[in-house]
Amino acid sequence: MPVSTTPQGTPSWRLHTTRTQWLQYLGWLAGACLFLLCWKVISDNTMWVFVEDAGRQGSDLISRMLPPQWSYAHRLWGPMWDTLNIATLGTLLGIAMAFPVAFLAARNTSPHPLVRSAALLIIVSSRSINSLIWAMLLVTILGPGVLAGIIAIALRSIGFIGKLLYEAIEEIHPTPVEAISATGAGRMQVMGYGVLPQVMPAFAGISVYRWDINIRESTVLGLVGAGGIGLQLNAAINSLAWNQVSVIFVMIFVTVLASEWISARVRHAII
Amino acid sequence: MSRQAKAQAGQWRRLPLIENPRLRWGLVLGLAVYLVLALASVEVNWTRVAEGAGRGLNFLAAFTQPDFVSRRGDIINGILESLTMTVTSTVIGVALSIPVGLGAARNIAPWPIYYLCRGIITVSRTFQEIIIAILFVVMFGFGPLAGMITLAFATIGFMAKLLAEDIEDLDWRQVEAVRATGANWWQTMNHAVQPQVMPRLIGLSMYRLDINFRESAVIGIVGAGGIGATLNTSISRYEYDTSAAILLIIIAIVLLCEYSSSHIRRWTQ
Repeated sequence: MPVSTTPQGTPSWRLHTTRTQWLQYLGWLAGACLFLLCWKVISDNTMWVFVEDAGRQGSDLISRMLPPQWSYAHRLWGPMWDTLNIATLGTLLGIAMAFPVAFLAARNTSPHPLVRSAALLIIVSSRSINSLIWAMLLVTILGPGVLAGIIAIALRSIGFIGKLLYEAIEEIHPTPVEAISATGAGRMQVMGYGVLPQVMPAFAGISVYRWDINIRESTVLGLVGAGGIGLQLNAAINSLAWNQVSVIFVMIFVTVLASEWISARVRHAII
Repeated sequence: MSRQAKAQAGQWRRLPLIENPRLRWGLVLGLAVYLVLALASVEVNWTRVAEGAGRGLNFLAAFTQPDFVSRRGDIINGILESLTMTVTSTVIGVALSIPVGLGAARNIAPWPIYYLCRGIITVSRTFQEIIIAILFVVMFGFGPLAGMITLAFATIGFMAKLLAEDIEDLDWRQVEAVRATGANWWQTMNHAVQPQVMPRLIGLSMYRLDINFRESAVIGIVGAGGIGATLNTSISRYEYDTSAAILLIIIAIVLLCEYSSSHIRRWTQ
Protein backbone atom coordinates (compact mmCIF):
# COMPACT_ATOMS: atom_id res chain seq x y z
CA MET A 1 0.00 0.00 0.00
CA PRO A 2 1.34 3.48 -0.79
CA VAL A 3 2.29 4.90 2.58
CA SER A 4 4.67 7.68 3.49
CA THR A 5 5.94 8.63 6.93
CA THR A 6 5.51 12.13 8.32
CA PRO A 7 8.46 13.79 10.12
CA GLN A 8 6.75 12.83 13.38
CA GLY A 9 7.00 9.15 12.42
CA THR A 10 3.29 8.44 11.92
CA PRO A 11 2.42 6.66 8.64
CA SER A 12 0.00 8.50 6.36
CA TRP A 13 -1.93 7.22 3.33
CA ARG A 14 -1.18 8.47 -0.18
CA LEU A 15 -2.84 7.85 -3.53
CA HIS A 16 0.30 6.55 -5.29
CA THR A 17 3.66 4.99 -4.43
CA THR A 18 6.75 7.09 -5.04
CA ARG A 19 7.64 5.06 -8.12
CA THR A 20 4.28 5.50 -9.87
CA GLN A 21 4.32 9.16 -8.87
CA TRP A 22 7.65 9.67 -10.64
CA LEU A 23 6.53 7.70 -13.68
CA GLN A 24 3.45 9.88 -13.90
CA TYR A 25 5.52 13.04 -13.70
CA LEU A 26 7.80 11.75 -16.46
CA GLY A 27 4.81 10.84 -18.62
CA TRP A 28 3.32 14.31 -18.20
CA LEU A 29 6.69 15.89 -18.99
CA ALA A 30 7.07 13.90 -22.20
CA GLY A 31 3.49 14.70 -23.22
CA ALA A 32 3.97 18.39 -22.54
CA CYS A 33 7.18 18.46 -24.59
CA LEU A 34 5.43 16.76 -27.53
CA PHE A 35 2.55 19.19 -27.29
CA LEU A 36 4.84 22.23 -27.22
CA LEU A 37 6.84 20.91 -30.17
CA CYS A 38 3.66 20.43 -32.21
CA TRP A 39 2.40 23.83 -31.13
CA LYS A 40 5.63 25.40 -32.36
CA VAL A 41 5.21 23.82 -35.81
CA ILE A 42 1.67 25.16 -36.05
CA SER A 43 2.67 28.58 -34.78
CA ASP A 44 5.45 28.81 -37.38
CA ASN A 45 2.97 28.07 -40.15
CA THR A 46 0.44 30.64 -38.98
CA MET A 47 0.13 34.25 -40.12
CA TRP A 48 -0.41 35.85 -36.73
CA VAL A 49 -1.44 39.15 -38.33
CA PHE A 50 -4.63 37.50 -39.53
CA VAL A 51 -5.26 35.92 -36.14
CA GLU A 52 -5.03 39.26 -34.34
CA ASP A 53 -8.20 40.58 -35.92
CA ALA A 54 -10.08 37.26 -35.60
CA GLY A 55 -12.51 38.81 -33.14
CA ARG A 56 -13.38 41.59 -35.55
CA GLN A 57 -13.74 39.12 -38.43
CA GLY A 58 -15.95 36.89 -36.29
CA SER A 59 -18.30 39.67 -35.24
CA ASP A 60 -18.38 40.91 -38.82
CA LEU A 61 -19.33 37.40 -39.98
CA ILE A 62 -22.11 37.16 -37.42
CA SER A 63 -23.48 40.57 -38.33
CA ARG A 64 -23.59 39.51 -42.00
CA MET A 65 -25.34 36.24 -41.13
CA LEU A 66 -28.10 37.95 -39.15
CA PRO A 67 -30.91 38.26 -39.91
CA PRO A 68 -31.16 35.09 -42.05
CA GLN A 69 -32.77 35.58 -45.45
CA TRP A 70 -35.75 33.30 -44.81
CA SER A 71 -37.18 33.81 -48.31
CA TYR A 72 -34.24 31.71 -49.56
CA ALA A 73 -35.52 28.65 -47.68
CA HIS A 74 -38.07 27.59 -50.32
CA ARG A 75 -35.23 26.99 -52.79
CA LEU A 76 -33.64 24.52 -50.42
CA TRP A 77 -36.33 21.80 -50.34
CA GLY A 78 -35.05 20.17 -53.53
CA PRO A 79 -31.42 20.00 -52.38
CA MET A 80 -32.57 18.79 -48.96
CA TRP A 81 -34.50 15.91 -50.59
CA ASP A 82 -31.32 15.08 -52.56
CA THR A 83 -29.32 15.11 -49.32
CA LEU A 84 -31.77 12.70 -47.66
CA ASN A 85 -31.61 10.47 -50.74
CA ILE A 86 -27.82 10.46 -50.74
CA ALA A 87 -27.78 9.43 -47.09
CA THR A 88 -30.54 6.81 -47.31
CA LEU A 89 -29.68 5.21 -50.65
CA GLY A 90 -25.99 5.34 -49.73
CA THR A 91 -26.71 3.58 -46.44
CA LEU A 92 -28.77 0.91 -48.20
CA LEU A 93 -26.05 0.30 -50.77
CA GLY A 94 -23.44 0.28 -48.01
CA ILE A 95 -25.45 -2.27 -46.01
CA ALA A 96 -25.75 -4.52 -49.05
CA MET A 97 -21.97 -4.49 -49.51
CA ALA A 98 -21.03 -4.59 -45.82
CA PHE A 99 -23.21 -7.57 -44.97
CA PRO A 100 -21.22 -10.25 -46.85
CA VAL A 101 -17.91 -8.57 -45.93
CA ALA A 102 -18.78 -8.78 -42.22
CA PHE A 103 -19.53 -12.50 -42.48
CA LEU A 104 -16.24 -13.06 -44.30
CA ALA A 105 -14.37 -11.01 -41.68
CA ALA A 106 -15.77 -12.64 -38.52
CA ARG A 107 -13.45 -15.28 -37.12
CA ASN A 108 -16.24 -17.82 -36.54
CA THR A 109 -17.96 -17.55 -39.94
CA SER A 110 -15.03 -16.83 -42.26
CA PRO A 111 -14.32 -19.62 -44.75
CA HIS A 112 -10.53 -19.16 -44.78
CA PRO A 113 -7.95 -17.01 -42.90
CA LEU A 114 -6.81 -15.46 -46.19
CA VAL A 115 -10.36 -14.42 -47.05
CA ARG A 116 -10.65 -13.02 -43.55
CA SER A 117 -7.60 -10.80 -43.91
CA ALA A 118 -8.80 -9.58 -47.32
CA ALA A 119 -12.17 -8.67 -45.77
CA LEU A 120 -10.45 -6.91 -42.86
CA LEU A 121 -8.35 -4.94 -45.35
CA ILE A 122 -11.50 -3.78 -47.13
CA ILE A 123 -13.00 -2.70 -43.81
CA VAL A 124 -9.88 -0.82 -42.70
CA SER A 125 -9.36 1.04 -45.97
CA SER A 126 -13.02 2.02 -46.14
CA ARG A 127 -12.90 3.27 -42.55
CA SER A 128 -9.69 5.25 -42.89
CA ILE A 129 -10.85 7.37 -45.81
CA ASN A 130 -13.43 10.02 -45.12
CA SER A 131 -16.56 10.15 -47.26
CA LEU A 132 -15.52 13.59 -48.56
CA ILE A 133 -12.31 12.11 -50.00
CA TRP A 134 -14.31 9.28 -51.57
CA ALA A 135 -16.66 11.94 -52.98
CA MET A 136 -13.76 13.96 -54.40
CA LEU A 137 -12.44 10.87 -56.17
CA LEU A 138 -15.85 9.82 -57.44
CA VAL A 139 -16.67 13.30 -58.72
CA THR A 140 -13.60 13.20 -60.94
CA ILE A 141 -14.52 9.69 -62.08
CA LEU A 142 -18.33 9.79 -62.39
CA GLY A 143 -18.85 13.51 -62.81
CA PRO A 144 -20.59 15.80 -60.32
CA GLY A 145 -24.01 14.78 -59.07
CA VAL A 146 -26.00 12.78 -56.60
CA LEU A 147 -24.69 9.42 -57.84
CA ALA A 148 -21.13 10.24 -56.74
CA GLY A 149 -22.48 11.19 -53.31
CA ILE A 150 -24.47 7.98 -52.94
CA ILE A 151 -21.49 5.81 -53.82
CA ALA A 152 -19.15 7.84 -51.59
CA ILE A 153 -21.49 7.38 -48.62
CA ALA A 154 -21.86 3.67 -49.42
CA LEU A 155 -18.10 3.11 -49.63
CA ARG A 156 -17.52 4.84 -46.32
CA SER A 157 -20.36 2.92 -44.66
CA ILE A 158 -18.92 -0.50 -45.57
CA GLY A 159 -16.12 -0.09 -43.05
CA PHE A 160 -18.27 1.18 -40.22
CA ILE A 161 -21.12 -1.32 -40.57
CA GLY A 162 -18.73 -4.14 -41.46
CA LYS A 163 -16.57 -3.58 -38.38
CA LEU A 164 -19.41 -3.34 -35.86
CA LEU A 165 -21.27 -6.24 -37.47
CA TYR A 166 -18.30 -8.59 -37.56
CA GLU A 167 -17.63 -7.82 -33.89
CA ALA A 168 -21.28 -8.65 -33.16
CA ILE A 169 -20.95 -11.92 -35.12
CA GLU A 170 -17.82 -12.88 -33.18
CA GLU A 171 -19.69 -12.34 -29.89
CA ILE A 172 -22.66 -14.62 -30.68
CA HIS A 173 -23.53 -17.58 -28.47
CA PRO A 174 -22.05 -20.77 -29.97
CA THR A 175 -24.76 -23.08 -28.58
CA PRO A 176 -27.56 -22.27 -31.09
CA VAL A 177 -25.03 -22.68 -33.90
CA GLU A 178 -24.00 -26.08 -32.54
CA ALA A 179 -27.64 -27.09 -32.13
CA ILE A 180 -28.45 -26.20 -35.72
CA SER A 181 -25.38 -27.97 -37.10
CA ALA A 182 -26.26 -31.05 -34.98
CA THR A 183 -29.50 -31.35 -36.98
CA GLY A 184 -27.39 -31.86 -40.09
CA ALA A 185 -27.91 -28.38 -41.50
CA GLY A 186 -25.70 -27.16 -44.32
CA ARG A 187 -23.39 -24.15 -44.05
CA MET A 188 -25.93 -21.64 -45.34
CA GLN A 189 -28.67 -23.10 -43.13
CA VAL A 190 -26.44 -22.72 -40.07
CA MET A 191 -25.88 -19.09 -41.05
CA GLY A 192 -29.58 -18.47 -41.65
CA TYR A 193 -30.99 -20.16 -38.56
CA GLY A 194 -28.09 -20.09 -36.07
CA VAL A 195 -26.09 -16.91 -36.69
CA LEU A 196 -28.43 -14.47 -38.42
CA PRO A 197 -31.22 -14.33 -35.82
CA GLN A 198 -28.63 -13.56 -33.12
CA VAL A 199 -27.03 -10.62 -34.94
CA MET A 200 -30.21 -9.20 -36.51
CA PRO A 201 -31.06 -6.72 -33.69
CA ALA A 202 -27.44 -5.48 -33.55
CA PHE A 203 -27.42 -5.21 -37.34
CA ALA A 204 -30.60 -3.14 -37.45
CA GLY A 205 -29.28 -0.87 -34.70
CA ILE A 206 -25.93 -0.37 -36.44
CA SER A 207 -27.62 0.41 -39.75
CA VAL A 208 -29.90 3.05 -38.27
CA TYR A 209 -26.97 4.56 -36.39
CA ARG A 210 -24.94 4.76 -39.59
CA TRP A 211 -27.91 6.31 -41.41
CA ASP A 212 -27.94 9.05 -38.79
CA ILE A 213 -24.21 9.70 -39.27
CA ASN A 214 -24.64 9.62 -43.05
CA ILE A 215 -27.30 12.35 -42.94
CA ARG A 216 -24.72 14.50 -41.19
CA GLU A 217 -22.00 13.65 -43.70
CA SER A 218 -24.18 14.04 -46.77
CA THR A 219 -24.88 17.67 -45.87
CA VAL A 220 -21.28 18.59 -46.79
CA LEU A 221 -20.65 16.32 -49.79
CA GLY A 222 -21.84 19.11 -52.08
CA LEU A 223 -18.75 21.14 -51.17
CA VAL A 224 -16.79 18.92 -53.55
CA GLY A 225 -19.62 18.71 -56.08
CA ALA A 226 -21.36 15.51 -55.02
CA GLY A 227 -24.91 16.86 -54.78
CA GLY A 228 -27.24 17.78 -51.97
CA ILE A 229 -27.51 20.89 -49.85
CA GLY A 230 -23.72 21.27 -49.77
CA LEU A 231 -23.85 22.57 -53.36
CA GLN A 232 -26.08 25.43 -52.21
CA LEU A 233 -23.82 25.99 -49.22
CA ASN A 234 -20.77 26.19 -51.46
CA ALA A 235 -22.51 28.60 -53.85
CA ALA A 236 -23.69 30.82 -50.99
CA ILE A 237 -20.21 30.91 -49.40
CA ASN A 238 -18.51 31.65 -52.71
CA SER A 239 -20.87 34.54 -53.39
CA LEU A 240 -20.36 35.72 -49.76
CA ALA A 241 -24.14 35.58 -49.18
CA TRP A 242 -23.76 34.89 -45.47
CA ASN A 243 -27.43 35.54 -44.73
CA GLN A 244 -28.24 32.59 -47.01
CA VAL A 245 -25.51 30.51 -45.35
CA SER A 246 -27.22 30.98 -42.00
CA VAL A 247 -30.54 29.70 -43.45
CA ILE A 248 -28.72 26.60 -44.69
CA PHE A 249 -27.10 26.13 -41.27
CA VAL A 250 -30.49 26.27 -39.57
CA MET A 251 -31.84 23.67 -42.00
CA ILE A 252 -28.90 21.35 -41.50
CA PHE A 253 -29.20 21.74 -37.74
CA VAL A 254 -32.91 20.85 -37.72
CA THR A 255 -32.47 17.90 -40.11
CA VAL A 256 -29.59 16.44 -38.15
CA LEU A 257 -31.43 16.79 -34.83
CA ALA A 258 -34.51 15.12 -36.35
CA SER A 259 -32.50 12.22 -37.76
CA GLU A 260 -30.68 11.78 -34.46
CA TRP A 261 -34.02 11.68 -32.63
CA ILE A 262 -35.43 9.09 -35.07
CA SER A 263 -32.35 6.92 -34.84
CA ALA A 264 -32.32 7.11 -31.02
CA ARG A 265 -36.02 6.11 -30.92
CA VAL A 266 -35.52 3.19 -33.32
CA ARG A 267 -32.45 1.92 -31.50
CA HIS A 268 -34.29 2.22 -28.19
CA ALA A 269 -37.19 0.18 -29.62
CA ILE A 270 -34.85 -2.54 -30.93
CA ILE A 271 -32.65 -2.98 -27.87
CA MET B 1 -53.28 -22.09 -34.88
CA SER B 2 -50.65 -21.24 -32.29
CA ARG B 3 -46.93 -21.36 -33.05
CA GLN B 4 -46.42 -24.51 -30.98
CA ALA B 5 -49.24 -26.39 -32.72
CA LYS B 6 -47.92 -25.34 -36.12
CA ALA B 7 -44.44 -26.43 -35.15
CA GLN B 8 -45.72 -29.84 -34.12
CA ALA B 9 -47.48 -30.20 -37.45
CA GLY B 10 -44.11 -29.60 -39.12
CA GLN B 11 -44.92 -26.09 -40.28
CA TRP B 12 -42.47 -24.17 -38.11
CA ARG B 13 -41.42 -20.78 -39.34
CA ARG B 14 -38.84 -18.51 -37.80
CA LEU B 15 -39.88 -15.52 -35.71
CA PRO B 16 -40.04 -12.26 -37.66
CA LEU B 17 -37.78 -9.38 -36.57
CA ILE B 18 -40.77 -7.07 -36.04
CA GLU B 19 -43.56 -8.82 -34.15
CA ASN B 20 -46.52 -6.65 -35.16
CA PRO B 21 -47.53 -7.63 -38.75
CA ARG B 22 -49.19 -4.28 -39.46
CA LEU B 23 -46.06 -2.35 -38.51
CA ARG B 24 -43.89 -4.81 -40.47
CA TRP B 25 -45.85 -4.55 -43.73
CA GLY B 26 -46.33 -0.82 -43.22
CA LEU B 27 -42.57 -0.37 -42.99
CA VAL B 28 -41.95 -2.53 -46.06
CA LEU B 29 -44.58 -0.60 -48.06
CA GLY B 30 -43.22 2.77 -46.90
CA LEU B 31 -39.70 1.74 -47.83
CA ALA B 32 -40.84 0.58 -51.28
CA VAL B 33 -42.70 3.85 -51.96
CA TYR B 34 -39.71 5.86 -50.76
CA LEU B 35 -37.30 3.85 -52.93
CA VAL B 36 -39.39 4.45 -56.04
CA LEU B 37 -39.63 8.19 -55.33
CA ALA B 38 -35.95 8.50 -54.45
CA LEU B 39 -34.62 6.50 -57.38
CA ALA B 40 -36.87 8.46 -59.74
CA SER B 41 -35.36 11.73 -58.52
CA VAL B 42 -31.72 10.64 -58.92
CA GLU B 43 -30.44 12.01 -62.19
CA VAL B 44 -27.51 10.18 -63.68
CA ASN B 45 -25.60 11.35 -66.72
CA TRP B 46 -24.72 7.93 -68.13
CA THR B 47 -22.53 9.21 -70.96
CA ARG B 48 -20.41 11.05 -68.37
CA VAL B 49 -20.23 7.91 -66.24
CA ALA B 50 -19.10 5.89 -69.24
CA GLU B 51 -16.40 8.46 -70.00
CA GLY B 52 -15.24 8.36 -66.40
CA ALA B 53 -15.01 4.58 -66.24
CA GLY B 54 -11.58 4.64 -67.88
CA ARG B 55 -10.41 7.19 -65.32
CA GLY B 56 -11.71 4.95 -62.55
CA LEU B 57 -9.62 2.09 -63.89
CA ASN B 58 -6.60 4.42 -64.06
CA PHE B 59 -7.14 5.25 -60.42
CA LEU B 60 -7.33 1.60 -59.40
CA ALA B 61 -4.21 0.92 -61.44
CA ALA B 62 -2.45 3.78 -59.61
CA PHE B 63 -2.83 1.86 -56.35
CA THR B 64 -0.57 -0.86 -57.70
CA GLN B 65 2.20 1.67 -58.41
CA PRO B 66 1.79 4.63 -56.05
CA ASP B 67 4.17 7.52 -56.59
CA PHE B 68 5.68 8.61 -53.28
CA VAL B 69 8.64 10.40 -54.80
CA SER B 70 7.73 13.17 -57.26
CA ARG B 71 5.73 15.24 -54.71
CA ARG B 72 7.78 14.06 -51.73
CA GLY B 73 8.23 17.51 -50.18
CA ASP B 74 4.52 18.37 -50.27
CA ILE B 75 3.49 15.00 -48.91
CA ILE B 76 5.94 15.16 -46.00
CA ASN B 77 4.93 18.72 -45.10
CA GLY B 78 1.25 17.85 -45.31
CA ILE B 79 1.55 14.74 -43.18
CA LEU B 80 3.65 16.55 -40.54
CA GLU B 81 1.13 19.37 -40.42
CA SER B 82 -1.74 16.88 -40.09
CA LEU B 83 0.03 15.04 -37.28
CA THR B 84 0.84 18.21 -35.33
CA MET B 85 -2.74 19.43 -35.77
CA THR B 86 -3.99 16.07 -34.53
CA VAL B 87 -1.85 16.10 -31.38
CA THR B 88 -2.50 19.70 -30.34
CA SER B 89 -6.21 19.64 -31.14
CA THR B 90 -6.72 16.40 -29.22
CA VAL B 91 -4.87 17.74 -26.16
CA ILE B 92 -6.72 21.06 -26.17
CA GLY B 93 -10.06 19.46 -27.03
CA VAL B 94 -9.82 16.83 -24.29
CA ALA B 95 -8.74 19.44 -21.73
CA LEU B 96 -11.73 21.63 -22.60
CA SER B 97 -14.15 18.73 -22.83
CA ILE B 98 -13.59 17.75 -19.18
CA PRO B 99 -15.32 20.82 -17.70
CA VAL B 100 -18.04 20.67 -20.38
CA GLY B 101 -18.54 16.95 -19.71
CA LEU B 102 -18.81 17.55 -15.95
CA GLY B 103 -21.33 20.31 -16.63
CA ALA B 104 -23.38 18.08 -18.94
CA ALA B 105 -23.76 15.25 -16.42
CA ARG B 106 -27.23 15.50 -14.90
CA ASN B 107 -26.23 14.01 -11.55
CA ILE B 108 -23.57 16.57 -10.64
CA ALA B 109 -24.48 19.76 -12.49
CA PRO B 110 -27.27 22.26 -11.68
CA TRP B 111 -29.93 22.90 -14.36
CA PRO B 112 -28.62 26.13 -16.00
CA ILE B 113 -25.09 24.77 -16.41
CA TYR B 114 -26.51 21.46 -17.65
CA TYR B 115 -28.47 23.16 -20.43
CA LEU B 116 -25.54 25.41 -21.40
CA CYS B 117 -23.14 22.45 -21.70
CA ARG B 118 -25.69 20.28 -23.55
CA GLY B 119 -26.17 23.18 -25.97
CA ILE B 120 -22.43 23.38 -26.65
CA ILE B 121 -22.31 19.61 -27.24
CA THR B 122 -25.30 19.66 -29.63
CA VAL B 123 -23.91 22.50 -31.75
CA SER B 124 -20.46 20.92 -31.92
CA ARG B 125 -21.84 17.51 -32.88
CA THR B 126 -24.39 18.65 -35.45
CA PHE B 127 -22.09 20.48 -37.83
CA GLN B 128 -19.49 18.54 -39.76
CA GLU B 129 -15.89 19.50 -39.09
CA ILE B 130 -15.60 20.92 -42.58
CA ILE B 131 -18.41 23.45 -42.07
CA ILE B 132 -16.83 24.64 -38.84
CA ALA B 133 -13.48 24.76 -40.64
CA ILE B 134 -14.91 27.13 -43.26
CA LEU B 135 -16.00 29.55 -40.53
CA PHE B 136 -12.70 29.35 -38.67
CA VAL B 137 -10.71 29.82 -41.87
CA VAL B 138 -12.68 33.02 -42.47
CA MET B 139 -11.88 34.14 -38.92
CA PHE B 140 -8.26 33.04 -38.47
CA GLY B 141 -6.99 32.96 -42.04
CA PHE B 142 -5.64 29.97 -43.97
CA GLY B 143 -3.32 27.57 -42.23
CA PRO B 144 -3.13 24.88 -39.55
CA LEU B 145 -4.29 27.13 -36.70
CA ALA B 146 -7.84 27.23 -38.10
CA GLY B 147 -7.71 23.46 -38.55
CA MET B 148 -6.49 22.92 -35.03
CA ILE B 149 -9.28 25.05 -33.54
CA THR B 150 -11.85 23.23 -35.69
CA LEU B 151 -10.71 19.82 -34.57
CA ALA B 152 -10.53 20.93 -30.94
CA PHE B 153 -14.09 22.23 -31.15
CA ALA B 154 -15.31 18.96 -32.68
CA THR B 155 -13.42 17.00 -30.02
CA ILE B 156 -15.26 18.89 -27.27
CA GLY B 157 -18.67 17.75 -28.52
CA PHE B 158 -17.62 14.13 -28.97
CA MET B 159 -15.67 13.69 -25.74
CA ALA B 160 -17.96 15.74 -23.51
CA LYS B 161 -21.05 13.78 -24.58
CA LEU B 162 -19.49 10.38 -23.91
CA LEU B 163 -17.82 11.58 -20.71
CA ALA B 164 -21.12 12.99 -19.42
CA GLU B 165 -22.87 9.68 -20.14
CA ASP B 166 -20.11 7.86 -18.29
CA ILE B 167 -20.38 10.18 -15.29
CA GLU B 168 -24.15 9.74 -15.28
CA ASP B 169 -23.81 5.97 -14.84
CA LEU B 170 -21.00 5.98 -12.30
CA ASP B 171 -21.25 4.12 -9.02
CA TRP B 172 -22.84 6.69 -6.73
CA ARG B 173 -21.90 4.81 -3.50
CA GLN B 174 -18.25 5.79 -3.91
CA VAL B 175 -19.19 9.44 -4.22
CA GLU B 176 -21.30 9.18 -1.06
CA ALA B 177 -18.47 7.46 0.79
CA VAL B 178 -15.99 10.18 -0.10
CA ARG B 179 -18.52 12.89 0.73
CA ALA B 180 -19.19 11.27 4.12
CA THR B 181 -15.57 11.89 5.08
CA GLY B 182 -16.28 15.63 4.78
CA ALA B 183 -14.62 16.10 1.39
CA ASN B 184 -15.43 19.27 -0.52
CA TRP B 185 -16.60 19.35 -4.18
CA TRP B 186 -13.08 19.36 -5.59
CA GLN B 187 -11.94 16.44 -3.46
CA THR B 188 -15.08 14.47 -4.34
CA MET B 189 -14.36 14.93 -8.05
CA ASN B 190 -10.71 13.99 -7.63
CA HIS B 191 -11.12 10.91 -5.42
CA ALA B 192 -14.56 9.52 -6.31
CA VAL B 193 -15.47 10.57 -9.85
CA GLN B 194 -12.12 10.85 -11.60
CA PRO B 195 -10.82 7.32 -10.78
CA GLN B 196 -14.06 5.81 -12.08
CA VAL B 197 -14.08 7.59 -15.43
CA MET B 198 -10.31 7.74 -16.06
CA PRO B 199 -9.90 4.43 -18.00
CA ARG B 200 -12.78 5.34 -20.30
CA LEU B 201 -11.45 8.87 -20.71
CA ILE B 202 -8.04 7.60 -21.81
CA GLY B 203 -9.61 5.10 -24.20
CA LEU B 204 -11.86 7.75 -25.73
CA SER B 205 -8.97 10.21 -26.08
CA MET B 206 -7.00 7.64 -28.02
CA TYR B 207 -10.01 6.96 -30.21
CA ARG B 208 -10.49 10.67 -30.79
CA LEU B 209 -6.82 11.06 -31.70
CA ASP B 210 -7.45 8.55 -34.45
CA ILE B 211 -10.61 10.35 -35.65
CA ASN B 212 -8.87 13.73 -35.57
CA PHE B 213 -6.12 12.43 -37.82
CA ARG B 214 -8.67 11.16 -40.31
CA GLU B 215 -10.56 14.45 -40.21
CA SER B 216 -7.35 16.46 -40.56
CA ALA B 217 -6.96 14.83 -43.95
CA VAL B 218 -10.24 16.42 -45.03
CA ILE B 219 -10.36 19.95 -43.66
CA GLY B 220 -7.39 20.90 -45.83
CA ILE B 221 -9.87 20.99 -48.73
CA VAL B 222 -11.21 24.32 -47.44
CA GLY B 223 -7.75 25.66 -46.57
CA ALA B 224 -7.39 24.64 -42.94
CA GLY B 225 -3.98 23.00 -43.30
CA GLY B 226 -2.89 19.39 -43.34
CA ILE B 227 -2.56 16.73 -46.00
CA GLY B 228 -6.04 17.43 -47.42
CA ALA B 229 -4.82 20.33 -49.57
CA THR B 230 -2.11 18.19 -51.17
CA LEU B 231 -4.59 15.38 -51.77
CA ASN B 232 -7.16 17.74 -53.24
CA THR B 233 -4.63 19.23 -55.65
CA SER B 234 -3.36 15.86 -56.76
CA ILE B 235 -6.90 14.60 -57.44
CA SER B 236 -7.94 17.66 -59.40
CA ARG B 237 -4.76 17.41 -61.47
CA TYR B 238 -5.58 13.74 -62.18
CA GLU B 239 -2.20 12.75 -60.66
CA TYR B 240 -3.75 9.55 -59.38
CA ASP B 241 -0.43 7.91 -58.53
CA THR B 242 0.33 10.67 -56.01
CA SER B 243 -3.23 10.53 -54.62
CA ALA B 244 -2.89 6.77 -54.22
CA ALA B 245 0.38 7.28 -52.33
CA ILE B 246 -1.25 9.80 -49.97
CA LEU B 247 -4.26 7.55 -49.38
CA LEU B 248 -1.96 4.62 -48.62
CA ILE B 249 -0.01 6.73 -46.11
CA ILE B 250 -3.28 7.79 -44.44
CA ILE B 251 -4.45 4.18 -44.23
CA ALA B 252 -1.10 3.09 -42.76
CA ILE B 253 -1.12 5.82 -40.10
CA VAL B 254 -4.73 5.09 -39.16
CA LEU B 255 -3.89 1.39 -38.84
CA LEU B 256 -0.90 2.21 -36.64
CA CYS B 257 -3.03 4.52 -34.46
CA GLU B 258 -5.74 1.91 -34.13
CA TYR B 259 -3.29 -0.84 -33.24
CA SER B 260 -1.54 1.24 -30.57
CA SER B 261 -4.77 2.64 -29.16
CA SER B 262 -6.23 -0.84 -28.72
CA HIS B 263 -3.05 -1.76 -26.81
CA ILE B 264 -3.33 1.32 -24.58
CA ARG B 265 -7.00 0.66 -23.93
CA ARG B 266 -6.28 -2.94 -22.94
CA TRP B 267 -3.53 -1.69 -20.63
CA THR B 268 -5.75 0.87 -18.86
CA GLN B 269 -8.75 -1.39 -18.37
